This record gives sequence, structure tokens and C-alpha cells, in this order.
Amino acid sequence: MTSSASLSVRGISKSFSGLKAVENVTFDVVPGSIQALIGPNGAGKTTIFNMIAGVFRPDTGDVFLDGQSLKGKRPDQICRAGVGRTFQIVRPFNDLTVAENVAVGALTWTDDVKEARDYARTVLGLLGLDDKRDARPTGITLPDRKCLEVARALATKPKILLLDEVMAGLRPTETDRMVDVFRKLNHDTGLTILLIEHVMRAVMALSAHIVVVNYGKVIAEGKPEVVTRNPDVLACYLGAEAVH
Amino acid sequence: MKRLFEGVPAHGLVLLALFAAALVVAPFLVSNYILSVLIIVLYFAYIGQAWNLMLGFAGLLSLGHALFVGIGAYSSAALFIHFGIPPVIGVFAAIALSVLMGCLIGYLGFRFSIHGVYFALLTIAFAEFTLIMVDHTRWLGSTEGFFLPVSNRSSVDLINLRGTPVMFYYVILTMTALALALCRWLLNSKLGYYWQAIREDQQAAEASGVHLFKYKMIAVAISSGLTGIAGVFYAFYYNNLFPDATFGTNRSIEMILGTIVGGVGTLFGPIIGAFILTPLGEMLTGLTEGFRIDGIKQFFWGLCVALIVLFRPSGVWPWIASLLKLDRKPEDRSSGDRS
Repeated sequence: MTSSASLSVRGISKSFSGLKAVENVTFDVVPGSIQALIGPNGAGKTTIFNMIAGVFRPDTGDVFLDGQSLKGKRPDQICRAGVGRTFQIVRPFNDLTVAENVAVGALTWTDDVKEARDYARTVLGLLGLDDKRDARPTGITLPDRKCLEVARALATKPKILLLDEVMAGLRPTETDRMVDVFRKLNHDTGLTILLIEHVMRAVMALSAHIVVVNYGKVIAEGKPEVVTRNPDVLACYLGAEAVH
Repeated sequence: MKRLFEGVPAHGLVLLALFAAALVVAPFLVSNYILSVLIIVLYFAYIGQAWNLMLGFAGLLSLGHALFVGIGAYSSAALFIHFGIPPVIGVFAAIALSVLMGCLIGYLGFRFSIHGVYFALLTIAFAEFTLIMVDHTRWLGSTEGFFLPVSNRSSVDLINLRGTPVMFYYVILTMTALALALCRWLLNSKLGYYWQAIREDQQAAEASGVHLFKYKMIAVAISSGLTGIAGVFYAFYYNNLFPDATFGTNRSIEMILGTIVGGVGTLFGPIIGAFILTPLGEMLTGLTEGFRIDGIKQFFWGLCVALIVLFRPSGVWPWIASLLKLDRKPEDRSSGDRS
């Protein structure tokens, strides 16, 4: 279904009218891995995502997908290049059904609406949303809408999936369900995943590698058990109690 | 052909067939006056369909669609009057010029990210300055008007679009039916999905691989081209063209009201809207004739429109569709029809 891809973020910076939101951020995402990007609110995580996905143009630096520069590419081109993304605040197409929402994603690789709809059903089945396929996004629960966001991104057949806080607002059981889905996807298809997440339960369960940002800079990076013991990370984000 | 009707409930097909049959036999049953009203109704239904493609499908508001009617009308009329080129050929020039103008407006609007009402202002501006240009072009009759030779209306000449009202009726009926079929096909194609995604959320659409500029341009091109064809009909049916009465903003508003009343974004909204508003205007003309108060007809007409919009804010068609049980039930949605 997919092949994995590597992502290299090289020295990207972004300022908003003088305020440095992201400053010289560099990290790599290994093909076929699940990696997390964590940090306090306002640290610049979503801005980094938006630069990878082409919504913002980095002031400096570049992003490489499988060694290919994404510089100057539009979001739709980056999507077609193999980067799927979800939005922190869900952005469904409200007047379309759940299945049609997902089919829009599938139309990136097929012109045949029927094929796109069939594939949408496959993806919805994978995420346990198939019974809601004819509902409108306004008529389903928030966790389901988060799933829909993921389904639409998955339908584009990405090589790497950027997940922006898809677990936020989910109950622990729902978080576990999502975690299982991502783990299965990663295992079965080799899909590379980069996630922004505050739910440490999910971060610890999923990721092999964590990048921590604060005030727009990378302050720590490494294996979860190492990063979560880093005093800087504890001080600015996790708090001392997270050690236990 | 089969795919076109896929997903329409059986009783919907029956109703559609009855409606179509009624329209086909209408010229044999009704008076000349009613026939002339029906021609105007279908004309507005056709234009509404073309305009709806932009706002209803792709979320692009145009308040200057009279521009494309005008371009179609003046170009085909000029070719006919000055060079004797029949409208059957002239229509291609009409389409080409309308699409060209549409693409120019679209390019400026989308290239420089002019959204929503500001895009609408751009469409008005283009309509207005084309009006002024035609006002000052002697070759197009300027303010004095541009007239087609009125020939014997008892014969039927489809090549030159000269003939009886019945001929014009069948021409516009065919155009409206084809526009409906085209819009339904487009809505259920990749284009339709992409347009609706753009309408609902541009950023999410872009993140899902939709090239915003390209698909918006396609919407504008198809809509302006279709509207240009209506211009050819307009020119050869009325035989006289005045810049103000062709390009004016009031004309643009008039041609979109039906769709707003009928239901923006629906396939039958433009048709139902035209069937409500035009006859309403005609009825009120008759009813208010005795009062001899200036503007009384317009007052009541405006009141009726306001009341309809107030009580059926999403349009009359969605309401009728649910009364007739034609709105798709959740399980019928698999074919994605939006009748």
C-alpha cells in the first residue's frame, strides 16, 4: 500500500513579524519509523509541520523527502510527493459525507471516483469508521472526526504521515485504539509517522525516537527513556512527576 | 447515460420524466404569452445552473455574470451583423471570448489570493468596465443599441437562429436539459469532489492534494463558457442589445436570485428558483396593474423574495426534495447524487 520515506529537516527557521517561532531546527525521521515531536504549547511544533507541508515557506533551511528538496513546493504538490498531514483543529469538508471526505484524499492517485470511494471504504474500515461513512462530519463525535482527519490523510497513500495532536481530547481507550491503528499501519506497510502529541501515553507507546522543542529550538532528542529523563525537558515540559 | 441517473430514486425518475414530458408538450397546450414566460423561465434556469457551478459547487461568488452573457451576446451578434456569420459558428467565438474573460478574472483573483466578497467585487468591476467599453464602441452600436435584423418569424432556421417562439423554446429547453446533465455529471466526477472540497475548506483541500488554482480556474472557465452560450440565445431571441440592459449589475443580480431562492449548490435549485421568480413577477404585474402606484409590483415582488429567503434560507428545493422524499437517505448516498 505504501512505501516508507525518510524526512530530513535541515536548519529551518520561521519568524512572524519579528517573533522567531522556529529557529534553526534540524532533525531526521528514519524511514519506517514512528517519531514524536513534543514540547510545550507555543514551542513551534505546528509551525514546523506547516513548513514541512508547504503551508509556510521557511525563512531559512530546507526540508528533504527521500533526499528531494521540498523547497518552493505548494502543499498539494507536497501531498502528492507523499506527505500526508492532519490538522490540529480538525478541518473536515462539512457538506460532504465521511466517505466523500476520504475519497477526496484518494483522488490524488486516481481519477476514477468509484475507485476512490472504494478505497475510502477500505481506509474507513481500517480506522473503524466504516459504519459512519454516510454521516456528515458534523454528526459524528470528536474522536471520530479526528479519525476522519487521519483517514483522509491516509487515503492519499502517503509515504510519511504527519499527525498533529490526533489524540488530544480522546479517552484513554480511544487513545489505545488509535495507537493500535498506527502501530499496525507502521508494521504492515512501513508507513513513516511523525507525530506532534501531548498525550505521553501515546508518545511512549508509539515512538522510537523523540524530538523535543521549546521556544522554537530543539532542546533534546533521542530514545524516549532517555529524553524523558533529560532535566531540561523535565523542567520546561514534562514536570518532575513524569519521571515515575 | 446510465450513470447519469444512477442513484436517483425510482419515483424521482418518474417525476423527472413527467416534468420533462410536460415541458416538451407545453408549446402545444399553452398560449403565446405563457410560452414567452416559459422561455424566460428556462433562460434563467440555464444561467442559474451555470452560475451555480461557481458558487454552489466551488464556493466562488460572482456578482458580474451578466458580463459573460454580454460577451456571448455581443460577439455572436457582431459576427452575424458585420460578417454574416451564423450563430451556430458564432457560438464558438462567444464561448472562447467568455472563457478568456473568465480566465483573466480568475487568474487575477486566484493569483493574488482575492477571496470571497473581494473576488465578487472583481467580477463586478470587470462587468462594469466592459459595459463602459461597449458604451463607447460604435462598432457594437454604443449606447444607441445593437440590432439584429428581424426577419420572418414564421419559418424555422436553426443555423441562423431565426424563427418562431416555439423554436426558441425548444432551443432553450434543450440547453437547460444539457446544462443540468452536465452539472450532474461534473458534480459526481473528480472535479465535483475537488470543487466541493475547495468550497468547504481550502486549506484542507490543498493538504489533500487539490491544486487550488487549477481547479478554481476550471470552475470559472466552464461557468463563463456556459453563460456565454446563454448570451447567444439572448441576442438572437431579443434581437436588440443595449449595454446597460446587458452588462448592468442589476442584470447580474437578477440572474442569480432564482438560484438563491431555489437552493445554491443543488442541481434543481436553479430550475425551481426560475420557475418561482419569473412567474411571480408576471403574476404581480397582472395583479398590481389596477393600483397605478409606481413601484408597487417591485415592492410586492421584493417582499415575496424576502419571505421565501426568510423561511427557506437554504433554498426551496431542499425543502421540496424532502417533501417528495427525493433527498438522499443516508444509505442511498453511495452513488453520491445530489439531485
